[in-house]
Amino acid sequence: MSDGKLLEIDVGVGGLTTSARPRALGDDLHSETMIVSMGPTHPATHGTIRIVTELSGEKIVDADVDVGYLHRGFEKMCETVDYNQVMPYTDRLNYVSPVINNFGWCLTVEKLLGIEAPKRAQYIRVLLSEISRVSDHLTCLGASAMELGAFTVMLYMMEAREFLWDLIEEVTGARLTVSYGRVGGVKDDLTPDFAEKMAEAFKKVRAHLVNSDRLMTRNRIFIDRMCDIAVLTAEEAISYSLTGPMLRGSGVNYDVRKAFPYSSYEEFEFEVPLGSKGDNYDRFLVRFAEMEQSLRICEQAITRLPQGPIIVEDPHIALAPKDEVYNSIDGMINHFELVMYGVKPPKGEAYQAVEGGNGELGYYVVSDGTGKPYRAHVRAPSFIHMGSMRKMLLGANISDLIPTFGMVNMIGGECDR
Amino acid sequence: MLELGILLIKVIFVLNLALGLASFCTWLERKGSALIQDRVGANRAGAFVESDRWYLKPALPFVRALGWLGVINTLLCDSLKGLWKEDFVPEGASKFLHALAPVIAVLPIMLAFAVLPLAPDFTVAGHTVHPQVAPIDAGILFVLAMGSVAVYGVAIAGWTGNNKFSLLGALRAAAQMISYELPMGLVFVALIVVYGTLDVYTMVEEQQKLLWGFIPAWGIVMQPVGFVVLLLAGMAETKRGPFDLPEAESELVAGYFTEYSGMKFLLFWLGEFAEIALFAVLLALLFFGGWDIPFVELPKGVWWASLIGHAVLMAKVVFFCVLQIVIRWTLPRFRYDQLMNLGWKLLLPISLVNLAITAILKVVL
Repeated sequence: MSDGKLLEIDVGVGGLTTSARPRALGDDLHSETMIVSMGPTHPATHGTIRIVTELSGEKIVDADVDVGYLHRGFEKMCETVDYNQVMPYTDRLNYVSPVINNFGWCLTVEKLLGIEAPKRAQYIRVLLSEISRVSDHLTCLGASAMELGAFTVMLYMMEAREFLWDLIEEVTGARLTVSYGRVGGVKDDLTPDFAEKMAEAFKKVRAHLVNSDRLMTRNRIFIDRMCDIAVLTAEEAISYSLTGPMLRGSGVNYDVRKAFPYSSYEEFEFEVPLGSKGDNYDRFLVRFAEMEQSLRICEQAITRLPQGPIIVEDPHIALAPKDEVYNSIDGMINHFELVMYGVKPPKGEAYQAVEGGNGELGYYVVSDGTGKPYRAHVRAPSFIHMGSMRKMLLGANISDLIPTFGMVNMIGGECDR
Repeated sequence: MLELGILLIKVIFVLNLALGLASFCTWLERKGSALIQDRVGANRAGAFVESDRWYLKPALPFVRALGWLGVINTLLCDSLKGLWKEDFVPEGASKFLHALAPVIAVLPIMLAFAVLPLAPDFTVAGHTVHPQVAPIDAGILFVLAMGSVAVYGVAIAGWTGNNKFSLLGALRAAAQMISYELPMGLVFVALIVVYGTLDVYTMVEEQQKLLWGFIPAWGIVMQPVGFVVLLLAGMAETKRGPFDLPEAESELVAGYFTEYSGMKFLLFWLGEFAEIALFAVLLALLFFGGWDIPFVELPKGVWWASLIGHAVLMAKVVFFCVLQIVIRWTLPRFRYDQLMNLGWKLLLPISLVNLAITAILKVVL
C-alpha cells in the first residue's frame, strides 16, 4: 500500500470527521490506515448509502456515514398536491411497511381536521399496521441474517413475508405501493373471508418463525457475531433520540403505541419487549419478540372487529356514495369540490407519530386553510438512527459493520425522503 | 510403453474424476441449496428441448430430464457464459499475474488427486493395475503441500485486483489457510503415527482390519478427535461454509476475486468445488475406510471387486460433499478474530494433545 494513489479517495461530501490524510499508527513499525469506501453500491448497503471507513487492519478507526443518495424531496412534493394525494408519496418512505406510513399521514391530517376515523377503520388500520410491522421485521432480520452468511434464514423469512403480503394484497389490491389510507378512514373494507385467510397465513408464518428462530437465536456463531457489538446504553440511546427496536433494545420502555395510543391501540393487549444490554443481539431479540406480539394484536383485532363505516361520513372529507353524487345537487357539488380542491383543514399545525417498523414515524404538517399542505415534515426513524452509526462503529471490526447496519435497518426511502 | 499407456489412462481418468466431482458439487450446491431453502432452483435450460431429427429423438427424454434437474444449466450454460463474458483486467494490474492467479488456485487441487488411491489394486491380463496416478513416498504430505500452494493463487489474485476489498480478502484467505493448515497437518501426523505409513493406499488397507475382532478399524474409530479437527480445518481450508470470510459477500463484495470476470472467475469457483471434492475424498479415505465395506470381504485383485470398491468410495465421497454443502447453507459466518481464535486457541491445542495421546498409546499398546 505504499503507492499513495490508492489512498486518494474523495471523502468531501459530508466528510468533516474523516481525514483523507493517512495516520501513522505505531512508531516502531511504519503502518498507515486504509480508507475503504463502502457504498453507495455495495452488497451490504441495501438502500443507497455510503460509509467511508478508516481501517487499521480490520479495525474501524473512523467512520463517516453519508446519507442522502435517495433524496427525492418528499416534503416539498407534499406541498404541491392535496392531502389525499400525498398517500402515494408516503408509500415510498418505508416501502416495506407502506400502510403504516399511510396511516401516519392520515392521522396527522385528521388531527388537523379535528376528526377521528370510525371504529372499524381504526381496527382495520391496527390490523394492517401490525401485519406490516411483522413484514418489516422479517425483512430486517432476514437481510441481516443473509449478510452474516445465513442465506437460508433470509429465504425462510422472505417466504413468511410473502404470506403476509398476500394478506395486504387481499385488502389493498397492491403489494408494495398500496396507497390504502384515506383521510378519515381507509379505502376498502376487508374481504369477507379475510379472517380465515389470515389465520391460515399466520399459521404458516409462525412455522417459519420457529424455523428461523432455531437457525439463529441459539446459534453460537450467530450469537458471537451479534453479542456485545455496537452497544448503546439507555442514556446514549435517548441522547441520540433513537426510537423503536433500537431504543427498546437498550432497555428503554418507549413505544408510541403505549405512550401515546392512536387508532384505539389502548384497547389491545400486548407487551413491549425490552433488551437489557443494548447490543445488536438485544435489538435482534426485540424485533423477533415484537413479531409475535404483532401477530397477537392482529388476532385480537380480527376477533373484536366492530361493524360500521370504514370512512367518516362527511362529504367534505370523504367521497360520498355514488348514488348520492348522481342523484342530488349537493352531492354532486361536494364531490366536485373534494376532487378539485381536496380536503381543507383549518389553519393550524399538527404533529402525530405512529410506531413504524423502525421507530417513531412522525408527521408534522402546517395548514394554511387551503387544500394543500403549507409545509410538511417527516420524522423518519432511519435517518435519526443513522446518526448513531458512527458512535456504534468506532473501534469495532469491519465485519461488525454488517450486523450493526442490518439492525439499524436503514430504509433508503425513509431515511433520505 | 504399456506402462506409459496405463499411466496416461489413469491420469485422464483421475483428472476427469476430479473435474466431474467438482461439477457434481457445483450442481449439488445449486440444486441442494434450492432444496434447503424451499426454492425450485435451476430447471429451465434444456427442459423443453425439441428436435425433428430422427437420430436425436431417443436422446431427447434424457436431455430433458437433465435440463429439468438443472444439470444443463449448471454445467453447460454457466461455463459457456463464462467463456463468452468479457475478460476484464483492472487498470494497473499485471496481466500475467492476473491470469496466473486462477490457474494456481485450481492446478494444485487437481494435482493433489494424483496421490489419492481410488480403488483397490486389480489384475487385468496379467498386469496388476494400481489405481493411483503417483504412488510417491511423500503420499499424504503432498496433499498438504498442494493445499499450501493454492494459497498463492488466492494471494496473487487479491494483490493483482488492485482493489482494497480484494486485498483484504486475500489477506484473510492467506492467514486463514495457513492457520488451519497447522491443525490439519498435526492430524495427518497423528494418522501417520497410527498407521505407520505416509502412503494413503497402505492407510486404507490398514483400515480393512477389525479392532478386537468386531469393530472396523476405520480412521474415525482410531482418531475420533482427529476427524472432528480435520473436518473443521478442512472446511476452513476450502474457504466455504461458515469459514467463507475471504469472500464474505456482504463485507468484501466478493473478496479476493472481486476484480475477476468470465472464465477466470469461474476457475476460482472450480478450484473451490474441486477442493470440496478433494476434501471429501480425503475424509473418506483416511477416516471412513476408503473402499472398505465393514464385515464384507471382497476378493482381492479382481476387476469387479475393484469396481465395487470404487463405487463404495464414491458413495462416501458424495456423502461428504453433501455434508459440506448442507453445513454451508445452514450456518452464518464467523468474524475474522473468532476464526483465528478457533484455529489457534482451540483446534491447534486439541490436535497437539491428540497427537501426544496417540503417540503414547502407540508406544504403550
